[in-house]
Amino acid sequence: MSLSELVVPLLLCGAGAYGAARHVDVYAALTRGAEEGLSVLLRVLPSLVPLLAAVYMFRASGAADCLGRLLAPLLDAAGIPAACAPLLLVRPVSGSGALAVGSELMERYGTDSYVGRVAAVMLGSSETTFYTVAVYCGAAGIRKTRHTIPAALCADAAMFFLSALAVRLVFG
Amino acid sequence: MAMTWVWTGMVTLSLVFGAATGHLGALGPAALEGARSAVELCVSMAGVMCLWTGVMEVLEQSGLAALMARAFRPLLRRLLPRSSRDAEIFTAVSANLSANLLGLGNASTPLGIRAARLMARGSGGAASDELCRFVVLNTASIQLFPTTVAGIRAALGCADPFDILPAVWLASAGSVCVGLAAAKLFECFGGNAG
Repeated sequence: MSLSELVVPLLLCGAGAYGAARHVDVYAALTRGAEEGLSVLLRVLPSLVPLLAAVYMFRASGAADCLGRLLAPLLDAAGIPAACAPLLLVRPVSGSGALAVGSELMERYGTDSYVGRVAAVMLGSSETTFYTVAVYCGAAGIRKTRHTIPAALCADAAMFFLSALAVRLVFG
Repeated sequence: MAMTWVWTGMVTLSLVFGAATGHLGALGPAALEGARSAVELCVSMAGVMCLWTGVMEVLEQSGLAALMARAFRPLLRRLLPRSSRDAEIFTAVSANLSANLLGLGNASTPLGIRAARLMARGSGGAASDELCRFVVLNTASIQLFPTTVAGIRAALGCADPFDILPAVWLASAGSVCVGLAAAKLFECFGGNAG
């Protein structure tokens, strides 16, 4: 019996007890949260279908290997696994697309593989840059975004590099 | 539109490469296989994912988000000194930040929009330096608990979905710093709009 086997039961029990003690309608929150989880999946599925069809085609044609070889010197220098190349393209542009590509990488290579971990960290430490800028500036009536997008893209580039670096540092 | 180019580019390249490498016959089955595995992946993740987001909702309603917002206020005051003087903006900004920290994307966006609208008052359609900084803060996404990704990892059978946390903190803190530093550089070398 290890601690990690107890994580799930303890988390469920702890969240329930803590919430109930703070007068939260725990069961209602659980179902509402589950609804939200379902809506994330519903948002991801429609983009997962065409994207995975394209990704599988891309792999089967040999184009993925070629792109990997082409980018290898650059990616190797940054320590980013070549398998993550599609994620780099999609991440700033589409949130559901990035989730789709990322979960497929985790499933294919394993959640605890280097590729799987780098993909997870990339997803966890970034937002959909163009969407965020468009939504916030659009809602605020900003027409001149000035240096927002260049600065945000600098952050994205650093994030890709740092994700791979951090996984190597933390997991050795 | 960008995704249109990415997607069309991928399938077109596949066709060209398939023809060049003689794998043309494999493309059709691969595309159909991809579409099928998309649904299988979603269905296999659904149960754990929903249980997961349910637990996170309980924690959020228990006041965990508010607790976190309080811890980050001093930092925000330094980062956005002008906006911090306005109580209304400051509340919206710190609520947005705490929702981000918990990885509650759906909750953070409306709060962030509110903050951005308030910050843009009287700016005449050009983003102020602080608004740029605030948007960069959001695009770089500082997350303490990347719940969606952890949910996916759990759903895919990962025994310890949160073991990536330290790596996520390192990467997102670093990228936020780079983003803010870049914004600062652009502020110095570009025109100053306050």
